[in-house]
Amino acid sequence: MGSRRYLLRKVLHSVTTLVFVLAFNFVLFRAIGDPVKLLTRSSLHLDPQEQQALREEFGLGDPLPQQFLNYLGDTLRGEFGYSFVSGRPVIESVAEKVGPTLLLVGISTILSALLGILIGIKGAWRRGSAFDTGSLLGSLTLYSMPEGWLGMILLITFAGTLGWFPSGGIESTDQLTGVAHLLDLAKHLFLPCLTLTLGYLGEFAIIMRSSLLEVMGEDFVQTARAKGVRDKDVRRRHAVPNALLPTFTLAFYSVGFILGGAILIEEVFSYPGLGQLTYRAIDAQDYPVIQAIFLLSSAAVIFFNLLADILYGYLDPRVKEA
Amino acid sequence: MITTPHQPDDVTVGTAVAPPTAPRDPKKIRWARRRRALAGFWRVYRQSRMGMVGLVLLGGFILLAIAAPLLVAKENLGVSHPPGPPLQAPSLDFPLGTDYFGRSVLELVIYGSRISLLVGFAATTMTMAVGAAVGITGGYYGGRIDTVMNALTNWFLVIPWIPLAIVLASILGQSLFNTILVIGLTSWAGTARLVRADTLSVKERPYVERARALGSSNWHLVSRHILPNVMPVIFANTVLTVALSILAETTLALLGLGDPRSTSWGIVIFDAFDAGALSAHLWWWLIPPGICICLVTLAFTMCGYALDEVLNPKIRER
Repeated sequence: MGSRRYLLRKVLHSVTTLVFVLAFNFVLFRAIGDPVKLLTRSSLHLDPQEQQALREEFGLGDPLPQQFLNYLGDTLRGEFGYSFVSGRPVIESVAEKVGPTLLLVGISTILSALLGILIGIKGAWRRGSAFDTGSLLGSLTLYSMPEGWLGMILLITFAGTLGWFPSGGIESTDQLTGVAHLLDLAKHLFLPCLTLTLGYLGEFAIIMRSSLLEVMGEDFVQTARAKGVRDKDVRRRHAVPNALLPTFTLAFYSVGFILGGAILIEEVFSYPGLGQLTYRAIDAQDYPVIQAIFLLSSAAVIFFNLLADILYGYLDPRVKEA
Repeated sequence: MITTPHQPDDVTVGTAVAPPTAPRDPKKIRWARRRRALAGFWRVYRQSRMGMVGLVLLGGFILLAIAAPLLVAKENLGVSHPPGPPLQAPSLDFPLGTDYFGRSVLELVIYGSRISLLVGFAATTMTMAVGAAVGITGGYYGGRIDTVMNALTNWFLVIPWIPLAIVLASILGQSLFNTILVIGLTSWAGTARLVRADTLSVKERPYVERARALGSSNWHLVSRHILPNVMPVIFANTVLTVALSILAETTLALLGLGDPRSTSWGIVIFDAFDAGALSAHLWWWLIPPGICICLVTLAFTMCGYALDEVLNPKIRER
């Protein structure tokens, strides 16, 4: 009973957040910014008559509430308009780029979380050791690095000077199949994944470390030790599972940040995904594309937060009571 | 990292009254109390090696930013009369080489410290102001106002930062002020949440009730009683926010949303990237500004962690 109410509350919260994002986007682009002016600022030069025609086509003469309803309907149907640059429906260009980005962001999120957790555990368990100090300093340094810049440096070093990896793209040719294709893909993914993993690993390590340090001071850890449980088992069975919770939520919350970080990384490595699409859209002031990406990435982040809340409720039943 | 078994004596400050012979000027008492609290604070802070390294590093960069006009002639930064030939590798004349126009990368980086730190501090001030205003308003008034403020805060916490910043920056246009505005408008939610929680506890304290009973207005209560007591929370948060703001500025600059005329470190990297530094291997143009960003962010983060240990005795005890 309690858990159903918890679920309902979380879903409701996500839906209102989504509606807020939709309204926010509407206010930004229709009420404050004039779509026709934005269009002319980016590329086209239109005389007043043509501008008036466009205004009518966009339905900008309608009262604002009517416009908002039309906009909601369009958005729910996936009609985000046409790209100023390519003239294609925005949803088409977005759809074909989702796959590569999911691959890149997915692998990087999992790797940075896993490595960060391992480093954090090792550091906290031997607090003050050389490994702890070194890894903490390393984590802070990685955390302080602009990841786009890190990508550039890795690209120059490993693809440029050393020539170990291809300098960009997602495949060398589209002729390869099977294992050869996968190997080729892995080679292209290596540097962008490495950049994103390094860029977000630090945060995971720091959070895991402090969370484990906190748990290590709890009574039940003391009790386990007093019972004579071996050090390894205290760590594996008592301390770490309890310390994992905050890191676990962070992994879901980070998806949004890593997605954002991917914008620059994809552009640096000429990786054909949503990030590159975003970068080029910013460059060309292609507002329909920018809007669609804003809405879709917000929706994705809201969804992942909901997922994190629901899973958290199962892993830690205490939060449902709150 | 830090081992202090005893509490700093700012705990006893409230009861430590000046000796009876001292003049009972409230202003003097207040200043003496502040000095003592500061000394106690410094005693604890000093013991964090991480905090001291951060502080020294930070001091160096702030000095550099202040002295920049003495070290670099401003006309060397213009593109019309650059001091050297374009794209030269590091040499004795130009220790970090030159950029596409022939400007010295070293001079660009020195001057860049001014813009980057300015954006960092200004955006943080804005973040703190908005966060404190929203948090205190919600926490103090409660009821429907709190519901609205809280919903607003939660929304801004959830909306992914980069897409939101991109949308705002591309609508507002490129200028230094807009960069600061965008960072300030998108990063206040975390502060607001902390401040609200603290306000809720501060407003229930007896001295607030007493002041209210004496007829204080809401404004007096908020500005004289709530705000000063919420200040430590805001302050501890500030240092880490400066680091995040500088990184945020870099991200915006690299996305091509920065002000091309104010050469921050991020803009230097963006210019290099835009001019094809990756394929032409112009490492001297790319590496220095990135290292500066990294070091300054690291310095703020280290100070922030040390501050957290001082202000949050729960962490320090262990």
